[in-house]
Amino acid sequence: MTSAPMTELDGLPLLAGLSHDQRAALAGIARHEDYEPGARLFEEGRLADRCWVVTAGCAVVDTDIPGRGRTVVQSVGPGELLGWSWLVPPYRWHFGASIAAPTSAVVVDALDLRRLADADPVLGYRMSRILVEALLNRLQATRIRLLDLYRHPDGD
Amino acid sequence: MATDPWLPVAHRVRRRRVETKDSATLVLAPVADRLPVFRPGQFAMLYAHGIGEVPISISDIPAGGVLVHTIRAVGAVSRALHSAEPGAVLGVRGPFGTAWDVDRAEGGDLLLVAGGIGLAPLRPALRHALEHRSSYRRVTLVVGARTPSDLLYDDELRHWDSLADVDVVVTVDHAADGWTGRVGVVTEPLASIPLDATRTTAMLCGPEPMMRYCARTLLGRGVPDEGVQVSLERNMQCGTGVCGHCQLGPLLLCRDGPVVDLPVATPLMLVKEL
Repeated sequence: MTSAPMTELDGLPLLAGLSHDQRAALAGIARHEDYEPGARLFEEGRLADRCWVVTAGCAVVDTDIPGRGRTVVQSVGPGELLGWSWLVPPYRWHFGASIAAPTSAVVVDALDLRRLADADPVLGYRMSRILVEALLNRLQATRIRLLDLYRHPDGD
Repeated sequence: MATDPWLPVAHRVRRRRVETKDSATLVLAPVADRLPVFRPGQFAMLYAHGIGEVPISISDIPAGGVLVHTIRAVGAVSRALHSAEPGAVLGVRGPFGTAWDVDRAEGGDLLLVAGGIGLAPLRPALRHALEHRSSYRRVTLVVGARTPSDLLYDDELRHWDSLADVDVVVTVDHAADGWTGRVGVVTEPLASIPLDATRTTAMLCGPEPMMRYCARTLLGRGVPDEGVQVSLERNMQCGTGVCGHCQLGPLLLCRDGPVVDLPVATPLMLVKEL
């Protein structure tokens, strides 16, 4: 585990809406982490205290279904944000997550992020915009998946 | 060379490969006359004797007049074609319609986005790009399917993924046991893959809503709309722009499509029941 270098944050399209100084402030509370396949990031019901921006590799969000075991519901790849439950009380993970392939990520502790946003409302506002945009993209992608577009059609 | 677009030309099924539970690829060899050479994105009218005719995109263009079509069994005609065994004789008319403009992408990045059976019409474009690899910068293939077992051309996907000069992203809506790839819709990797937006030519093929959402994602990333091509489907019957069954607004898709530039397609895709 090392602190996240500025170049790593500068290379994230997700953070393009932040100024250099704001990314530097974020870098001050972020760290770089590497994970091996199978590493468990969090468990359903546990305290949601971190978020990840995957920079390489792949993490998966999953849940346990009786009779089916652990079932993957979503992949999170390079440039994407993993972990939302730290945003709102009761700060508990709704799903679990693990690593599917050798993965690198920028990791931020939720408490540090909330403190940073409280101390600098302009940065907090911009961070909120970034999070809302990412959430909206995830919501819309989930809706598209609900359409089951590739299902077998009915006839010629 | 057969030149009458109305006359089905006999082709014999040389090989049949099962792709998924409802899709198979047929390799068709001309019995006598050959059809003109197809271009990536064009389609043929395949005729199952005594049953009927449906449009099927070309999914590979080998030499010698051989045609390759991947067929999904969804109705009486396509079920008959899908189940045709080696030795069976089918009627083929074509080539029909517009092609992927692979030349326009030269010198820039090429992004191919396929959903479901939509990989079949894009495969010749990818093969063209690989055969002329130095003419393109980054080549990226993004493939979406319902489940891992619904993926077409699984061995080729692995081969393309092994190539150092092609980026392949495969994602499925629903994972299965043992699946270690991505889970999610194709729009999600599009939002984060490396992209030199203004130098990208994107070719989209799949269900129309998928193409709309993919196009929006790409436009949101700065890809100009004239840099996006889509493949549209309607009820193609004659293949020659005469019968009007495939009309989509001002277009007759058997003649003016299936490949259409996004600025032309967007207003048409937004009209309900057009």
